[in-house]
Amino acid sequence: MAAPVPSTTAGVEDVVAVIVLLTEFAMLRAPLLRSQVRLYAFQSLAVSVLAVVVAATRHVPDVYALAGLSFVLKVVVVPGLMRRLLGDVEVHLAGSSRLGAASSTLVALGVTVFAFFAVGSLHVHSSLLPPTTLAVASAVVLVAFVLIVLRSDVISQAIGFYSLENGVTIASLVIAAGLPLVVETVFVFDLLVAVVAFGIIMRVHHGRSQTLSTDELDRLRG
Amino acid sequence: MGGILVALLVFPLVVAVLSYAVPVAVAKVLAPVSGAAAFGLALSLVPTVVVHGHVAAGSELRVDALSMVFLVATTFLYLTTAVFSIGYLHVEPGAAGVRYCRRFYAGMNVFCWAMLAAPLMSNLALLWVAIEVTTVVSALLVAIDNTDSATEAAWKYVLIASMGLGIALLATIVLYYGGTAVFGASYELSYVKMLAGAHHFPADVVRLAFVLSVLGFGTKMGLVPVHTWLPDAHSEAPTPVSALLSGALLATSFYAILRYYQITAAAIGSTYPRNVLLVFGLASLLLAALYLLRQRDMKRMFAYSSVEHMGILAIGMSFGVTLAFVGVLLHVLAHAAAKGTAFFGAGSVLRKFGTKDMAALRGGVGALPWSGSMLVAAVLALSAMPPFGLFRSEFLIVSGGLSDPRYGVAAVLVVLVTLAFFGLSWSTTQTMLTTGPADLSGVAAAPGVAAVALTPHGVDADHGVDAGHVPGTPSGAPGLRAVTKGEVSPWIVVAMALGIAALTLLGVHPPADLSRLLDHAASELRSP
Repeated sequence: MAAPVPSTTAGVEDVVAVIVLLTEFAMLRAPLLRSQVRLYAFQSLAVSVLAVVVAATRHVPDVYALAGLSFVLKVVVVPGLMRRLLGDVEVHLAGSSRLGAASSTLVALGVTVFAFFAVGSLHVHSSLLPPTTLAVASAVVLVAFVLIVLRSDVISQAIGFYSLENGVTIASLVIAAGLPLVVETVFVFDLLVAVVAFGIIMRVHHGRSQTLSTDELDRLRG
Repeated sequence: MGGILVALLVFPLVVAVLSYAVPVAVAKVLAPVSGAAAFGLALSLVPTVVVHGHVAAGSELRVDALSMVFLVATTFLYLTTAVFSIGYLHVEPGAAGVRYCRRFYAGMNVFCWAMLAAPLMSNLALLWVAIEVTTVVSALLVAIDNTDSATEAAWKYVLIASMGLGIALLATIVLYYGGTAVFGASYELSYVKMLAGAHHFPADVVRLAFVLSVLGFGTKMGLVPVHTWLPDAHSEAPTPVSALLSGALLATSFYAILRYYQITAAAIGSTYPRNVLLVFGLASLLLAALYLLRQRDMKRMFAYSSVEHMGILAIGMSFGVTLAFVGVLLHVLAHAAAKGTAFFGAGSVLRKFGTKDMAALRGGVGALPWSGSMLVAAVLALSAMPPFGLFRSEFLIVSGGLSDPRYGVAAVLVVLVTLAFFGLSWSTTQTMLTTGPADLSGVAAAPGVAAVALTPHGVDADHGVDAGHVPGTPSGAPGLRAVTKGEVSPWIVVAMALGIAALTLLGVHPPADLSRLLDHAASELRSP
């Protein structure tokens, strides 16, 4: 077990984690598809920074490798792929949200508060990060769900899923930083494979219907 | 023996790569050969597992009685689906047809490989990875037909299942955190190790991990209320993929839940996980039984039947007695055989009539004497009629419920299963055991009946025909279809006959080794 957490470091970590959460809120109301992708790249950057901070202050060298991998894949490769997809698309506006910006933010605030109370009642202690970080991670996951539910275009929904994965990554930094590196690497590559699948299906959808909106995807029911 | 595990892990992958490179005709033959080899290898492991309890290769590959059951189910379906595909897929002349077949065979083999990899992994994190790979590959397979409905189904599937697996990943991490209390900050997340140390894990953390795992893997298993991708994906995928999704993929996710169940039961006792599974199981069974009463699309009906059977599995687990566990594991095997056969039959009907809209289908058995009759038999098997395997397994589950004792739940189970039986058998007999245009006068098929049958919804070309690769199919043509009598392909009949034979064997007299395997697996679930 590591030494007691110095408060300055804890502060830095909390700030980075909160930045990740705020980016998630920003995605919720970003009107342009490109800005969604940019926000996702920024959020992944913040997650990589958090990983570096953890690796440096807690002397877990494995986490450096994880930070490097997540930087390369989530800040460079995945947003690059998304931009290429957007390159040959006429649409620039994200699909209409099912709620207004204010109401969606309120809903997101609601689930954030829920996440804080729920995690608080678990009494989780971590030697690596302050437990509030876990609450932030859960909030990121829940707000990502809100994003996916409320937005009706494939790009926002895919970005919602990727940022959900960012939330899970923070959670794993907090409570499972010792997870063997091999496994972490496989997780990250798995995300890349998922991104490719999302990308192919998005392309097929766009190729067929000339739109990125999911409004027409309602024929199968019952 | 460890070599067999490695072979199971390598073989389908090699075949997948090969089938992209070799001519389509060779790929068609390679898949069943690989399936037969995998099934043979899996069966050859059974006696060893029964005697020694487990087989391991290295620190990551391990098969015990529980994973063995799922390996047998998946490899059996791998074999039969590959045989079925020979008859089902038509290679369109030209580059497009060849490309389609290559993608299909490469995808199908990778899909089976990932489903075989899941029960082979002793590491829970790698188990998660294998299941995530199944999602990615199968979503691409659902989209392969490139129709509007297939794209919609694939998008819903990849999004919802990936979100579910995001939750399952959270479950993995939370469980890992639970283990740090015993094993320190860094350790291998193997289920053997977790089971050994489970009783020292913090109870709240284990509870959270279990609920997250049921919600997460339950999304892939098709438990209500997170089943919503399932009917779409099953009905719009190419039929061989539907069979694999329903018979093997759902079971693989159930396997993941069982591993979490074992650890949770070892940590905090079985009452809590059993109650969680009971709630999800009852909801699934109830909703599926109601939806089964009003299905028009044959493949969609079988998809809801899968939800029903997953509900039965969850309820069976909630009974918590060895008798019910044996029933649950037998149910996994029998369901794989029955649902595979049912989907093969639906595929045969689809190829013959060019539609899966049951309102537009009459005279199935008349037109398809072999596959039609076996489809009816498979539906009876799915409704738990003797002498098929599902009768035995559901009987064991209900007896387990009565000895638990949870009389109320057992009674509800019987009532809802009967309701599902009505839905399934009514639609099927209406479709298959009626006089169709083929038996009347060919082209002059009763137009009045057709008009009445078709007005409520109409037949939409995309919805009715699942592949863009049915050469010469009059897709979307209104009215009952006049078809000539005769099977689509002998391979379809062979695949279905294999399924029916397995179902009968499981129902009438399960092989001794298999019974012992099920007993062992049930006791692994019972006493951690």
